[in-house]
Amino acid sequence: MVEKIKQLEMSGITKRFPGVLSNNRVNIQLEAGEVLAILGENGAGKTTLMNILYGLYQPDAGEILLNGKQVRINSPSEAIELGIGMVHQHFMLVPTLTVCENVILGLSKKFFVDLKTAAKRIKEITDTYGLAINPEAYVWQLSVGEQQRVEIIKALYRGANLLILDEPTAVLTPQESNELILLLKNMAQQGNSIILISHKLNEVMAISDRVTVLRDGVVCANVKTQETTQEELAKLMVGREMAPCRREGNYSPGKIVLELQQVHAKGDKGSEALAGVSLQIRENEILGIAGVSGNGQKELAEVIAGLRKLSSGNISLNGKDSTNMSPAEIIEQGLGYIPEDRIHVGTIPSFSIWENLILKDHHRLPFAKYSLLQNRKIMSHSSSQVEKYGIKTPDLETPTARLSGGNIQRVVLAREITRNPVALVAAYPTRGLDIGATEYLHSKLLEARSNGVGILLISEDLEELTSICDNIAVLYEGKIMKVMPVEEADERTMGLLMAGIA
Amino acid sequence: MEGFMSIDIFIIILATGVRLATPFLLAALGEMFVQRSGVYNLGVEGIMMMGAFAGFFATLQQGSPLLGIIVSLAIGALMGLIMAFVSVTFKAEQGISGIGLYMFGWGLSGLLFRLYVGGVTSIDGLKPIAIPMLSDIPLIGQVLFNHNVLVYTAFLLVPLSGIVLYKTSWGLNIRAVGNKPEAADTLGVSVVKIRYQCLIVGGMLAALAGAFLTIGQANMYADNITAGRGFIAIALVYFGRWSPWGILLGSLLFSMADSFQSMVQVLGINFPYELAVILPYMVTIIALAISYGRVWAPAALGKPFERGTRG
Ligand SMILES: Nc1ncnc2c1ncn2[C@@H]1O[C@H](COP(=O)(O)OP(=O)(O)OP(=O)(O)O)[C@@H](O)[C@H]1O
Ligand SMILES: [Mg+2]
Repeated sequence: MVEKIKQLEMSGITKRFPGVLSNNRVNIQLEAGEVLAILGENGAGKTTLMNILYGLYQPDAGEILLNGKQVRINSPSEAIELGIGMVHQHFMLVPTLTVCENVILGLSKKFFVDLKTAAKRIKEITDTYGLAINPEAYVWQLSVGEQQRVEIIKALYRGANLLILDEPTAVLTPQESNELILLLKNMAQQGNSIILISHKLNEVMAISDRVTVLRDGVVCANVKTQETTQEELAKLMVGREMAPCRREGNYSPGKIVLELQQVHAKGDKGSEALAGVSLQIRENEILGIAGVSGNGQKELAEVIAGLRKLSSGNISLNGKDSTNMSPAEIIEQGLGYIPEDRIHVGTIPSFSIWENLILKDHHRLPFAKYSLLQNRKIMSHSSSQVEKYGIKTPDLETPTARLSGGNIQRVVLAREITRNPVALVAAYPTRGLDIGATEYLHSKLLEARSNGVGILLISEDLEELTSICDNIAVLYEGKIMKVMPVEEADERTMGLLMAGIA
Repeated sequence: MEGFMSIDIFIIILATGVRLATPFLLAALGEMFVQRSGVYNLGVEGIMMMGAFAGFFATLQQGSPLLGIIVSLAIGALMGLIMAFVSVTFKAEQGISGIGLYMFGWGLSGLLFRLYVGGVTSIDGLKPIAIPMLSDIPLIGQVLFNHNVLVYTAFLLVPLSGIVLYKTSWGLNIRAVGNKPEAADTLGVSVVKIRYQCLIVGGMLAALAGAFLTIGQANMYADNITAGRGFIAIALVYFGRWSPWGILLGSLLFSMADSFQSMVQVLGINFPYELAVILPYMVTIIALAISYGRVWAPAALGKPFERGTRG
């Protein structure tokens, strides 16, 4: 066992990727028992910095000091040996292995794996920190919150006393987030150090001791949490005052644009995921779908978009039947779709920005004439979109996968809204977005609403739902528990409904 | 059954079927490890041809089938290494590299044969070893316990592969690397190393499958002696859903059908012979069509690994 980490210092860290300076002479410090929050807009370089600390990337310049001594971290296994653990922004678990197998992966130096001893040690850890988990369960069977726990157990099992968490609550339910925050506090009290990346300022305020703010790869502030406020942090991050978006104007819905009647559909594992869902969305309306993810949200969005077959029931779009039609026909009828997986479903990651911007209309005027792409028209359209939607990119030819999360979402949003849809389905559109991008997305959805679009907004964030929706429906185990006007949707009522208590 | 097939013929068909399953088992189990680590090697047939020739040639030169086995294993390891170099280190498209390896093995084995041997030459190959006691059991003894050492090896490799895959640290690493390499990478498991190891093991087993054909069965070498068995072995990996027991089932299904069809021809059994000849292939295609499903496939199959890409 190596020395416990009492002090960490990263100084002058610089990392360059083709065309981007991701970290520019970044300094951070951390003491044992401290929680350091790292804030910054999408693409500010937070993940890059942490990947360097964890040995996944090598910095172009700068050094890392542990307990005053300079160290070189060439690979994740060296980081692990030094006592550094990391919970990645995108889970690093093997779905086809059990919890126990995932935890001991890469550790066992013996010929045979000893799952029994491992399960015992996992139990010790889970008892110490109150993390309930079944070591024999397969990871694909676990909820996102449970998977998060496995990630933490993985780090603790390796004796980590410096834990890095990259946006750990982005995919958690409010309740799971609260549990995680308690856990992290507990761990810090026991003398561990924690680095937390988050876009949720209330969490940062609740748990951190200090905050370092990154902007465009440069540290622009380093403050004590006690000496700052949420508003100030937001300003530091974005570089301007922030005003949260609210729904304005009256609720004056028009005709029904999207209607679901008794929709039943199966999930990926073959069991019934939607068990008789009926919903109506009207012009000039945002209907929110609240609920813990995994209760049929993904399937709901997919049946409407034509990506999943209904086993029974009807869907009509703009007054015309669209049940089990192909995605192309549904697009033609006027549906816009912002999918949950914006990288792989929302775009073709290796395609350039201009290609992704015309993906749904490339075959018709003005983008194509006699089946030939009209480059001048496409380029002028694309550059005006990039400008209008504030997409941060070196140029139009950049592959979309290179952009940060927030900017990929802007590409999808630009494409979907510009097509003037009759109805728009948006699944977790602000997941992982920084507050600036979130505010922007909300303002665009509200703008679309006032232009007459009927919007179905799926989200786990109650604050988001109550600030921009007209009506809220709660989805639980594939059924709509209740549809209510936003005024009636207080946290308590919603919490009960989301837990299946009517 | 009398008139159609006597009990003796029945035993011969079964015993032959067990023997014929050997090359499929060896090659398919090797390919299973390769695919479990996230790579597919379509060059199995080419490696088999090289293994067949190397085993034959060493036996011809030195008169020792054991030496033949060792030489063919070495050649197989080398060919696996080449595949690893091209598809893992240089991240070349795996399907294309595999086909390249197949053509390389095919061409080179044929060339070497013409250069150094020339015509039909027979060798003293492996002899059947009757297992004391067990081979005396009526029926079963003849079917299972009177074969050469490679047959026993192939069948023993079935449970052994299961143990390696599911009970050992190496097996755990393989399953992780084939399903989510980036996760394995963050835990310090070297994706490149595991894939190299699997391709080398896969190459050795494929070459052994080839050597069985020359020194364990035909006792000679001929052009295209593998006759597509390497490709069938790849199909059997899919059929067996990447599990040793599934592969055993598939291999036996195919080899029994094959054994039956050859007896139909040799003994003139009352069964339309044209139908008999296509039987093994029909069984495979039908079984594949019924059983195929991507759900069981290693999730990272065919995808080169690169750190820090969102793909
Ligand atoms: N492997 C890579 N190749 C090329 N560019 C990269 C790579 N990784 C990150 N970048 C670029 O570096 C910049 C910083 O990215 P990083 O992922 O660190 O941002 P972040 O602050 O974590 O953002 P988010 O809040 O969206 O997670 C971005 O412009 C990104 O496009
Ligand atoms: Mg990040």
